[in-house]
Amino acid sequence: MERHFDTDLNELKKELLKLAALTETAIYKSIEALEKQDTKLANEIIDEDAKIDELELIIEEKSLELLALRQPMASDLRFITTGMKINAELERIADLAENIAERVIELADKPLLKPLIDIPRLGEIARIMLKNSIDSFVNKNEELAKSVIFQDEEADSIRNLIYDELMYDYIVKDGTLAPRAIPLLLVARHLERICDHASYIASDVIYMINSTIVRHHPERLDADNKD
Amino acid sequence: MDYKVRVKVNHVNFFYGRVQSLFDIKCDIYDKMVTSIIGPSGCGKSTLLRLINRMNDLIPHTRIEGQILLDGKDIYNPKVDVVEVRQKVGMVFQKPNPFPKSIFDNVAYGLVVNGLTNRSYLSGKVEKSLKDAALWNEVKDRLGKSALTLSGGQQQRLCIARTLAIEPEVILMDEPASALDPTATLKIEELIQKLKEKYTIVIVTHNMQQAARISDYTAFFMLGKLIEYDLTAKIFRNPSKTITEDYVTGRFG
Repeated sequence: MERHFDTDLNELKKELLKLAALTETAIYKSIEALEKQDTKLANEIIDEDAKIDELELIIEEKSLELLALRQPMASDLRFITTGMKINAELERIADLAENIAERVIELADKPLLKPLIDIPRLGEIARIMLKNSIDSFVNKNEELAKSVIFQDEEADSIRNLIYDELMYDYIVKDGTLAPRAIPLLLVARHLERICDHASYIASDVIYMINSTIVRHHPERLDADNKD
Repeated sequence: MDYKVRVKVNHVNFFYGRVQSLFDIKCDIYDKMVTSIIGPSGCGKSTLLRLINRMNDLIPHTRIEGQILLDGKDIYNPKVDVVEVRQKVGMVFQKPNPFPKSIFDNVAYGLVVNGLTNRSYLSGKVEKSLKDAALWNEVKDRLGKSALTLSGGQQQRLCIARTLAIEPEVILMDEPASALDPTATLKIEELIQKLKEKYTIVIVTHNMQQAARISDYTAFFMLGKLIEYDLTAKIFRNPSKTITEDYVTGRFG
């Protein structure tokens, strides 16, 4: 039976997807801005973050309203509470994209230290992890959600690679390069955090699908926890 | 499960004439827990509840197969005294049904018919039962007044006090709050939470939020079958069966 409540839930889902799309675009643009040292684009990202913040509040209010008025149960309850958590994660991710934009502005008057290879690679992983985590939410795809969580390790190792290179090939050898190297270090850190948040979203999605809490319990990812 | 089983429903079939209304029901009802029975109208939830203190004996042409064990003893064994069963298993109905007597006499009724007439003993029991039913403070100055002067919510708590007076082990409640306003409902729900310290409670309710709020275990019935029986938190957060999911989320019913 189609319920009126389903219309409300679909509305909520649409708003979340809108937020996810804005966030994904912000990540994409932040890497482009860095590569092209495009401060105009960086400022655009910073301006658009206000829109993302507003949308986060709208989704939160709507979710709270549905909890209060509909007193949802079972899968409805899990959908709304998961949606609220994803909402907060997306907002944090967008903030990190904004942080990258701030680094772009910081670096604007300095020549790039080196051609960027690993940072765009990490940026692409971050964007794909986010996209897959949201797809797993939309399609209730547990396997896809798991793959996002497993990919986080790859993100960590690239971040370490970038860190080692910037630290030992540049900063340690020539301290005067630090003002050009440290913002890049921070960008790597921001991207790696984006990957973390995407994997948190994937964990929340797994809870929504089968009620298993895998956060802090990676061993549960392997076990077959379905009822 | 480590909990003590107070009532064991063992492969029960039940018939009204030729019509079978319960199909191979088996479940353990745990001691000092609140167990809710939910399900659409006509699913057999009240029928099962009434079987637990042999209330269906009063309906002609009915027949039960299987066993209902109270503390390990089959209450349908022919040697069992039905009055004794109903002493151990009290019942509260949907509509408050006080007798047209004084408040005091309503609560003392079960004791008096059992031959207990000592006035000071009765007074003590009436006071204790009314206190346990969270009604004492509202009626202590007018125990001689007719029970019919009480509000609906007070009348229902009076009926609970009447049940408590004979010190049952199990209390069955058939939609005890469905005829009450939200404030009176809240009082009954609070009372149930308190009563489970001493009693085993089985409640039939149409109000799923109520089942979720007050019960430890929930049984979901449909068309005379026990579809799912589990911890209440599981039933309302992550039921195992799709049909339970559809019912608790209001996709049918």
